[in-house]
Amino acid sequence: MTALLVAAGLVRLFGARRAVDGVNLTLGAGEALALFGPNGAGKTTLLRLLAGLLKPGAGSATIAGVSLPSDAARARVGLISHRTMLYDALTARENVHFAARLHGIADETAATQRALEALRVADRADVPVRALSRGLQQRVAIARAIVHAPDVILADEPYTGLDEQGSAALTTLLKERRAAGAALVVVTHHLHEGLAVASHAAVMRAGKFARFEPTAGLDSARYAAEYREMVS
Amino acid sequence: MTPVIATPPGTFAAAWIIARKDLAIEFRTRSAFMSAALLSLLAIVIFFFTWDATAVTPIDIAPGVMWVTFTFSGILGLHRSFGVEAQERAMDALLVAPVPREAIFLGKALANLVFVVGVQLVAIPAVALFYNLPLGDTWLALAGVMLLASVGLVCIGTLFAGITANTRMAELLLPVLALPFFVPIVLPAAQATGQLLAGRSLSDAGSWLRILLAFDLVFLYACTLAFPFTLED
Repeated sequence: MTALLVAAGLVRLFGARRAVDGVNLTLGAGEALALFGPNGAGKTTLLRLLAGLLKPGAGSATIAGVSLPSDAARARVGLISHRTMLYDALTARENVHFAARLHGIADETAATQRALEALRVADRADVPVRALSRGLQQRVAIARAIVHAPDVILADEPYTGLDEQGSAALTTLLKERRAAGAALVVVTHHLHEGLAVASHAAVMRAGKFARFEPTAGLDSARYAAEYREMVS
Repeated sequence: MTPVIATPPGTFAAAWIIARKDLAIEFRTRSAFMSAALLSLLAIVIFFFTWDATAVTPIDIAPGVMWVTFTFSGILGLHRSFGVEAQERAMDALLVAPVPREAIFLGKALANLVFVVGVQLVAIPAVALFYNLPLGDTWLALAGVMLLASVGLVCIGTLFAGITANTRMAELLLPVLALPFFVPIVLPAAQATGQLLAGRSLSDAGSWLRILLAFDLVFLYACTLAFPFTLED
């Protein structure tokens, strides 16, 4: 299996604190990691390292064999954050179209429309983002992140603010992207949603993977109970 | 989702995309432009009412009034250029996109240049009106000086706006850091403006224009190269 995402010994310090402490991770095409952990465990920092937004203090990461933070590696990454990363004065369509243009997509208008339809927000596409509800803004943010059909999707709390319909659309989309061969890392506090899209699950504590296993055959109720005990 | 064919844009193409986005936001909101234009007009009026016409001629005072006004009103726009990226951490999306960091700087600087020139288009007629300046024959040369000086101002201003964007006192820090670096631009610009308003030819102001051009090139090159380092955590 082709390794799409490889992290080797990633370390990131904030002052004396080791926010990420020697994380190793390999995800192949079609593999997805659900990453759980208490606040401050280092999940978001790890995601920002994998997106090339932070420089590691030690270790390295590659996307499809290309070292981060090169343009070629970043071109294959889609980042969903708990902040929308949208411009509120622009419409939903303009925001997604802007991202499509920055990625140099050949038919950016069609790609924008497809992304908005996938998140079921096409009917509000020409409304300024500031006039949309938080949930709809999150859908637009996800459309912006996946407009270029990235090989690696890094999602930090992607279900934040989404209603039932939005959550279902996102789960469908993530499963479709997995089936199409993308690798996913989904940081979430919602165990059931995370496990539903993942091939692997990990729990992060104090910058390290305290637990890492395949989700095949995993009893989600038992996993949830063990997780609660682990982080309490 | 259908796979997409993508070839990331080059530096200048990406800069143009970013500049267009910034201008679209400013055109939509007009908040910074209206504030900067209003500040310019207020400054010109205040200078006018403190001016003793019997002691100083209009030709002597007008260049100073112009460049003090442009400098401070321009800072409003420069601060805004990274403010729109900070609101919802949109800067992260820019940084994850496969575009060179230099393109972000050039795009921001281009949008800021349009902003500053726009403010000048409002302020210059006001200065001409209040100080009864003879712009008839000199407007084209004057426009050239304005544009040259604006390039230098936005290069420095964009770099420092990027540096201060994520600080708690960005509004205060930006002018404190940028103003000393504006001096090599504002000084020759004011001198060249004064000579043109006094009826001298463009060649008479040539030495000041050459200094202005030299600083433009140095600042454009140095700021473009330095900008990517300001983005590192």
